[in-house]
Amino acid sequence: MQSKLNLDKALIERARNSARNIAEDMQGFIDKHTTITVERTIVRLLGIDGVDDIERPLPNVILDHIKEGGGLSRGAAYWLGNAIVNTGKTPQEISEEVSSGELDIMTLPTADEKRIKEEIGKLAEEMVSRIKKNRKVREDFIENLGEGNKPYLYVIVATGNIYEDVLQAQAAARQGADIIAVIRTTAQSLLDYVPFGATTEGFGGTYATQENFKIMRKALDEVGEEVGRYIRLCNYCSGLCMPEIAAMGAMERLDVMLNDALYGILFRDINMQRTLVDQYFSRVINGFAGIIINTGEDNYLTTADAVEEAHTVLASQFINEHFALKAGIPEEQMGLGHAFEMNPNIENGFLWELAQAQMTREIFPKAPLKYMPPTKFKTGDVFKGHVQDALFNMAAIMTGQSLQLLGMLTEAIHTPFLHDRALSIENAKYIFGNMRNLGDEIEYKKDGIIQTRAAEVLEKSALMIEEIEAEGLFNTIEQGKLAGVKRTFNGGKGLDGVIVKEDEYFNPFIKLMLGGKE
Amino acid sequence: MANQQIDLTSVKPYGDTLNDGMMQMSFTLPVPNGAEAEEAAKRLAVKMGIEEPSVVHAKDLGVGYTMFVVYGKCNYTVDYANIEVPKVDVEVMDKYDVEAFIKENIKRDIVIVGACTGTDAHTVGIDAIMNMKGYDGHYGLERYKGVDAHNLGSQIPNEDLVARAIELNADAIIVSQVVTQKDVHIPNLTQLVELLEAEGIRDRVLLVCGGPRINHELAKELGYDAGFGRGTYAEHVASFIVNEMLRRKLV
Repeated sequence: MQSKLNLDKALIERARNSARNIAEDMQGFIDKHTTITVERTIVRLLGIDGVDDIERPLPNVILDHIKEGGGLSRGAAYWLGNAIVNTGKTPQEISEEVSSGELDIMTLPTADEKRIKEEIGKLAEEMVSRIKKNRKVREDFIENLGEGNKPYLYVIVATGNIYEDVLQAQAAARQGADIIAVIRTTAQSLLDYVPFGATTEGFGGTYATQENFKIMRKALDEVGEEVGRYIRLCNYCSGLCMPEIAAMGAMERLDVMLNDALYGILFRDINMQRTLVDQYFSRVINGFAGIIINTGEDNYLTTADAVEEAHTVLASQFINEHFALKAGIPEEQMGLGHAFEMNPNIENGFLWELAQAQMTREIFPKAPLKYMPPTKFKTGDVFKGHVQDALFNMAAIMTGQSLQLLGMLTEAIHTPFLHDRALSIENAKYIFGNMRNLGDEIEYKKDGIIQTRAAEVLEKSALMIEEIEAEGLFNTIEQGKLAGVKRTFNGGKGLDGVIVKEDEYFNPFIKLMLGGKE
Repeated sequence: MANQQIDLTSVKPYGDTLNDGMMQMSFTLPVPNGAEAEEAAKRLAVKMGIEEPSVVHAKDLGVGYTMFVVYGKCNYTVDYANIEVPKVDVEVMDKYDVEAFIKENIKRDIVIVGACTGTDAHTVGIDAIMNMKGYDGHYGLERYKGVDAHNLGSQIPNEDLVARAIELNADAIIVSQVVTQKDVHIPNLTQLVELLEAEGIRDRVLLVCGGPRINHELAKELGYDAGFGRGTYAEHVASFIVNEMLRRKLV
């Protein structure tokens, strides 16, 4: 790509090196630990699903049982494997018997380690090939059916009722949407379990459950056939169950997952040790499943100022990039996030937005960048809101963005009505079509407003990353230097679910999905 | 110049001529686009008191539903002259006047604890009022001299908020509620009042709520001292709190 911004390549390289060191440093910590949700993910991937008679998910039942027996540090795969060798039963049967109290897998005789690994290995291989098959199905769909042009039109449905969501999602696809995200119900991120089954009640969104994923996947495949475009499905791999959601998404062929390395720490007050370990396994799964991750840098700008804090977005993108590489996510699956969130009253604000969007494009040339719409300065003035979204769409098409989360004219008012979404899609289709190749025709003036702004943001960002590198990521967060939010090493939710691994610990999926050691 | 002939006891919408009653509206009906759909939209408008409705745009939304843009003449009027709306009754001071007011009348730092409570994860409102930076050029309470502001963040259980308020000996508690879908904010706001009463500190602390769907009347009804809706900045909340503290001799 021809650079339009004349960015300092050596500076970009320096920032990348710092980010690499930050991620490297953290990986040492991550490799020594597991968490309760990582272990629940492993048993899910080994075939345990369903709930007991008081609606407790069986993966939770099994893990609570292992925890009570003091066996977490050995890893759930070991205990489940030992139970399989001893009983000859399937993981699902074992979990049901543990749930009813018929079986105690913590007091069974110790089987031969090699046989345990063989049994677990077989089940793990089965799951891995199921996920591989899903990848293939997606690739075939895209090849045979085709897909929308980039930027993909990305909209959210949020009724709380999965069946109502289906209606809205299919309508959106017919109107022209390429990606449907089913936003989660408020506070699901703080649940330390994943609800089960189809759900019809939620606040501001719909529960992420495996059954809901399946229902929406089927609906989007149907409408995709009808409109002749593969319609991607997106959900949220964040909160206290990051890897479990990733596993469910991989099984049900989701295509896009919100999956930020630091979001939970900063914006949901989830313990930092917990999040770092969780994000790693969730990303290993997403990477292997061919799922595009979306990072949450837009959140930096809703809590802080979009002009003053632009460099924190870029710094976070560099860090997210390196955490993602560690988890085996290729650049083509890194939907790094940024946002069009400046105060609309700023003179020449559009030029700065353009500078930042172009800068992000040039620094991460292969990444399917996720561009977030104006929200913070949306008012009840829906007419102005529609114009703000038009400017946002123009910035996107001029700078080659990839995943365009469409702004809604009613952003500050309610979750989108059926026709709000239709108007928004029409707005984007008009601008993306009418200005399709404008970006190819434009060069920016040397040392003009746009080039100068990009250079400034890059420079501040590089300094910030070097500071984080020197300080360490944990310390940086403790000092409140990211997003202006202070979190302590042992504070926040979910710390009691972080476990130091024993030497004999094993997670069969890391090797299968990533290669290398378990 | 405003038209002098307006009868304020009987006003109706203005399009381009006084009392033409012209209104624009937009809505969706769950019926397929076509002549019958347009007729349905018109009939609905007539039932809403719109004369001579005209459907200027109808669009299929992809699931057999149709969106309309309709214009028509409203045949109702309202008596503007005799309207009384409960509002937070305080003269709004700017940041510097609030700071001077505290120095002069309260003579100590005041403690304000704020949070976005319950399951609500949207901090945009509480941040706009409390954070140093504020919103749209209006500094937040953290930047006010004489105000010790504590923003607890989002998804704070009412119990934790009350505990923090007691611990910090708060003069005022401010609560933000952005998610109001299915009225989820009502029981949550009510529970906070009950907790404060149970702790016996309701009289000692000013209780204020805010959010895009909150107004003063609703707030009073729920047992709050004030409620602030959209367009509120830190100085509105601060002006109310300092004046009310003085009035109630909570200084």
